[in-house]
Amino acid sequence: MIKRKELDEGLDQLNKMLQEMGDHVESALAKSMHALMTVDAKEAAEIIKQDPELNRLEEKITELGSKLIATQQPVAKDLRRILVAFRISGDLERMGDLSVDIAKVVMRLEGQTLIKPLIDLPRMSEIVQTMIFESIQSYVQENVDLAYKMAKDDDEVDALYSGIIRELFSLMVGDPKTINQSMLLSFVGRYIERIADHATNIGESVAYLVTGKRPDLNA
Amino acid sequence: MAIAAPSISSAGASTQPGGGAALAAEQLSIFYSDKEAVKKVDLSFAPSSVTALIGPSGCGKSTFLRSLNRMNDTIASASMKGSIWLDGEDINAPGTDVVTLRQRIGMVWQKPNPFYKSIYENIAFGPRYHGIKNKKELNEIVESCLRRTALWEETKDRLHQSALALSGGQQQRLCIARALSVQPEILLMDEPASALDPVSTAKIEELISELKQEFCIVIVTHNMHQAARVSDKTAFFYMGNLIEHNDTNIIFTNPENKQTDDYISGRFG
Repeated sequence: MIKRKELDEGLDQLNKMLQEMGDHVESALAKSMHALMTVDAKEAAEIIKQDPELNRLEEKITELGSKLIATQQPVAKDLRRILVAFRISGDLERMGDLSVDIAKVVMRLEGQTLIKPLIDLPRMSEIVQTMIFESIQSYVQENVDLAYKMAKDDDEVDALYSGIIRELFSLMVGDPKTINQSMLLSFVGRYIERIADHATNIGESVAYLVTGKRPDLNA
Repeated sequence: MAIAAPSISSAGASTQPGGGAALAAEQLSIFYSDKEAVKKVDLSFAPSSVTALIGPSGCGKSTFLRSLNRMNDTIASASMKGSIWLDGEDINAPGTDVVTLRQRIGMVWQKPNPFYKSIYENIAFGPRYHGIKNKKELNEIVESCLRRTALWEETKDRLHQSALALSGGQQQRLCIARALSVQPEILLMDEPASALDPVSTAKIEELISELKQEFCIVIVTHNMHQAARVSDKTAFFYMGNLIEHNDTNIIFTNPENKQTDDYISGRFG
């Protein structure tokens, strides 16, 4: 087997940057949920401050991937690896933005007491953090089974989200003073649910990388 | 232009020209003395299509290509088993008219090899050999072949000058024009652009995609990206075996065979 030093090193570099983005997103979601539960605007501000790092990594992936296509003329799986890196980095960047959106909700809640103890939102978030971790693992290990697991986890997240919305809706009906906070918490549910969709997209990208065929796991 | 597609055998029926003929190798093995250079290859070529033969040096692709119009006949140590079918006729059957065979299956070589004659004579030579004497008819053939290879505008004022005064890229297009002059149905090309600069290469590739409308083209190339650009089907040879034959689009995006994947990815060969 002949090594293609420049191409192989470039592909490794793409892998590392994607893992870095994955770690960043996983931690941003965990922190934003922690900030929400403790209504800690300071922690929320910190999350918002760190987001540009994710954008910078996404740009670096686009730059390196374009350079490899232009100078190394990759085909087949090498080419798919780069195309998939573009797509996954786009998903991760959006996941970062959604974590920032949660942090912004925390900023708006500053000084308030939560209308109810949060149970299902942290559960949702835990599942989604695992999804983020596993989606990146499925990419690194080229593990299609793990990639397909995203679809199952996503269903669980969707079910939790529906339950949360129902609960918040009945709270609002019972006490209109809770409307403002209920709306904000339902937004948080929506943001976490969207992050899970992006993790599922990553699973699709991994399946495409390995098999050359694109499944629809978000169906 | 009176050279229609005749049967290559003395008794066989004529076929209609247009779109190129169907050509197929069946269980074809080619030997140089005892060495089996091509091993039991089954491969067919559809009319109006371009097939690229790729593989590392010594994989048998050029030997295979040359067998398709019996160019290996001139190599004393070469022998073969199996069959090559041109519109249902075995091209190696006794009584085959090799001149007619090579008129129907033309060849373009790696290095441009125009005759040491004028541009005009390079093209008129074949038709004249096949019996066309009428000056007007010959003029028409020369102009038509030069137009089809995008050489007419560049050469119409110097048709009677030496072909060797043309640039390398022009000479190669002249060689293609010469191959067209006898109205072949199939064109074999052995690395037709490997000795050319990028602009001439692009012109040859453009020409290939135009000629595909009328001919079946089989091209050997070491340039993987050229294979990806010009061909509809790609056949990957390795150590005399046909490893994978599929749509070019599939070979270069998601080949089935690991060896094919490694080769096209530049990881062996």
